[in-house]
Amino acid sequence: MKEIFIDIERCTACKSCEIACAVQHSASKNLFTAIFETPEPRKRVHVEKALSFSYPVKCMHCDDAPCIVACPAGAMYRDTEIGSVHVNKDRCMGCWMCAMVCPFGAISADPYRKVALKCDFCRKRVKEGKKPECVEACPTHALTFGDTEELFKSQRLSAAERVARAVSITKEEKKITQLEMLRSMGGV
Amino acid sequence: MAMKTFDRSTQVLIDRAEVLGIETGIHRLESQQPQCGFGQLGTCCRMCYMGPCRIDPFGEGATKGVCGATADTIVCRNLLREEVGGASSHVGHARHVVLAFKKMLEGKAPYSISDRNKLVEVASGLGIKFDGKSDKEIATEVADKALEDLSRQDGEPMNWLKLRAPKREFEMWGNLGLLVSNAHNEIEEAMHRTSMGNDADPINLLLSCLRIGLVDGYAGLSMATDFQDIMFGTPQVRTVEVNLGVLEKDKVNIALHGHSPVLSEKILEWASKLEDEAKKTGAQGINVVGVCCTGNELTMRRGVPMAGHNLQSEIILLTGAVDAMIVDMQCIWPSVTKIAECFHTKIVTTEPFVKIPGATHVSFEPEHADEEAKKIVRMAIDAFKERKGEDVVIPKEKSVAFVGFSVEAILDVLKKIDSSDPLKPVIDNIVSGNIYGAVGFVGCPSIKLRDTAMTEKMAKELLKNNVLIVTTGCTAHICAQAELMDSTATDKYCGEGLKAVLHALGKAAGLDVPLPPVWHMGSCVDNARIATLLGALANRLGVKISQLPVAGSAPELVQEKAISIGTWFLALGLLVHIAPSPRILGSPVATKVLTQDLEGITGGRAYVELDPEKAAAGILAHIAQKRKALGI
Repeated sequence: MKEIFIDIERCTACKSCEIACAVQHSASKNLFTAIFETPEPRKRVHVEKALSFSYPVKCMHCDDAPCIVACPAGAMYRDTEIGSVHVNKDRCMGCWMCAMVCPFGAISADPYRKVALKCDFCRKRVKEGKKPECVEACPTHALTFGDTEELFKSQRLSAAERVARAVSITKEEKKITQLEMLRSMGGV
Repeated sequence: MAMKTFDRSTQVLIDRAEVLGIETGIHRLESQQPQCGFGQLGTCCRMCYMGPCRIDPFGEGATKGVCGATADTIVCRNLLREEVGGASSHVGHARHVVLAFKKMLEGKAPYSISDRNKLVEVASGLGIKFDGKSDKEIATEVADKALEDLSRQDGEPMNWLKLRAPKREFEMWGNLGLLVSNAHNEIEEAMHRTSMGNDADPINLLLSCLRIGLVDGYAGLSMATDFQDIMFGTPQVRTVEVNLGVLEKDKVNIALHGHSPVLSEKILEWASKLEDEAKKTGAQGINVVGVCCTGNELTMRRGVPMAGHNLQSEIILLTGAVDAMIVDMQCIWPSVTKIAECFHTKIVTTEPFVKIPGATHVSFEPEHADEEAKKIVRMAIDAFKERKGEDVVIPKEKSVAFVGFSVEAILDVLKKIDSSDPLKPVIDNIVSGNIYGAVGFVGCPSIKLRDTAMTEKMAKELLKNNVLIVTTGCTAHICAQAELMDSTATDKYCGEGLKAVLHALGKAAGLDVPLPPVWHMGSCVDNARIATLLGALANRLGVKISQLPVAGSAPELVQEKAISIGTWFLALGLLVHIAPSPRILGSPVATKVLTQDLEGITGGRAYVELDPEKAAAGILAHIAQKRKALGI
């Protein structure tokens, strides 16, 4: 199964993911025409400020999704082919139970139809073997897309490297990144 | 989300905005969070349409723009364009004043020469021969010398650079090839240089930044201050009232906002002449108050109350008591008309190149200054009539500030102590350590840092350590509102040495109170006065400015103008503290040159620190190092 992973340390808050998401969910799928469309294309990922970091908030497509359980209208469902969580807008009655139980704040409202709006995992693109648009758009690889096993492995490797560095007798001097400098000044 | 909280007078009105459902900059800042990292690092390039290009600060994605420009090239080009924005504003301001001055001399504009001494001082500095010429003839030659700095093509250094640059720095800039000749050419070349496919050498670009710094300092700031003093008078020390509490419920309140005194001086004149018309409508009179640097110009020369700084320019409208806000140029938030719409307040734009949707535009020309000023004052009186019955909330906060510390005014006080060598008492006290050092506080109120009281905390920390503070621009409004410009601040905040000096100076000035520890030297173009004072001190000691135990600080950077002023200060050899960081961190070369290597070239160095205590400590360490090098 493939997933989108988020590396908060890499997010520069450029909001490229937001723009790409909105364009992907527009009729024209083109930035310069999408901005003139009615209804306005809506993004489903929100870059939010958290302490001195920024973080792209989006649906994590949980394996045991509380929104599916909580939805009294049966509007929330899973696409078993790729494991993603979706909303059936015809069933949704806008009670926001999904938003209340979502631990990630991933649900927003479609301002026109007053129904739940959330990341749809770029279902069509993913089934065509492509990456979701937000991942494509991220210039710093804060958002990555891959097999969960591969992602878990890379997380394990970087955790192992962190521990190794911490105890390393060579004590290689830590390189301060530009973003860390900016954050130390209250930035991003 | 938790909202920021501000000083009491501002907060009262922000709370009112909340109740009334009116949007302010605080909301807009929240909705802009988080702000783009590429932009903040300076690594977004929009110079051509192969882009926009951005450099991955992690080095994993793009390391070059489509054209091959590196982060160093992109950052330095962007910085130079910021410099151009700042310098264009100041050179434009100066040109605006010089042209009004010329029209006055031609008998076409209703102004006059107010300070003949300054005219004589400037004219002799420019090498103009007096032999039997009338004031008008001399003044015409002075104006032509100024316009020559915007037109000459012979490569000779600008007249104002020769007039105002300190001797040793002038020589240093000559050796570095920085003696600029024509401000407009420099601005054109900087724009040319930074457009696609020209200068890619970060060092060459940074040298160009220094050139634009000199353009700003001499063809902008110094030129503007000189002509304004000649036309409207050189400021003298006086006391004024400050803060939003200067508005008066029962009067026609006219807020003058922007930077130029040319129109606002006339409005002030006509407000007093039309007082009776205002009274006929039931008002008790007309109350003219100053906002931002137009406020500083008027308070320095006429004692007009300082109502608020730039961040308060929309806040003041929330009182519902402003009948008209007249704006000229620079730092006018487009939001003012949206807020004014919620009340009876009239927003009047006056410059053909500064229009705002929702404002009434009265195109100002010096030729018709009287008619236009009269018309504008009457618009305010009419608006007052509409105000009747509306709720008015004027914060109670109001304090007293000493203003008007022009170099001439400072020397006048010092001459009373030592008439033959007026700078000697200052130097003696610097040597003895009573004055440990001096810091120039310049710039704006940052909506990002205002809630931390960045400026006030830094100032208090420095005063405690006997560092004298001079200030200009909106930073002066902040200091005045914090009661740092009142004589009571001297005993409250200063170390023993500085306290004794200020008491002695107060006595010399014939006051029964000490001078305040923070001296208001004027508007942002009046940073020229700070440079003149430093030049005089360095000259008297026979050293370079970079050797003096002094520093500059823009504790709440907002405008491009602060970047170009700061660069001039760097060229003069000063440590320049800045917060928040200028957009240079994405370039290792720019960061290293500006914060380290430049010290070996001009003596100046940029210093970024957002924590007020740490910033004050950093400045004190710099002063200590300079004192040690001087052997004091």
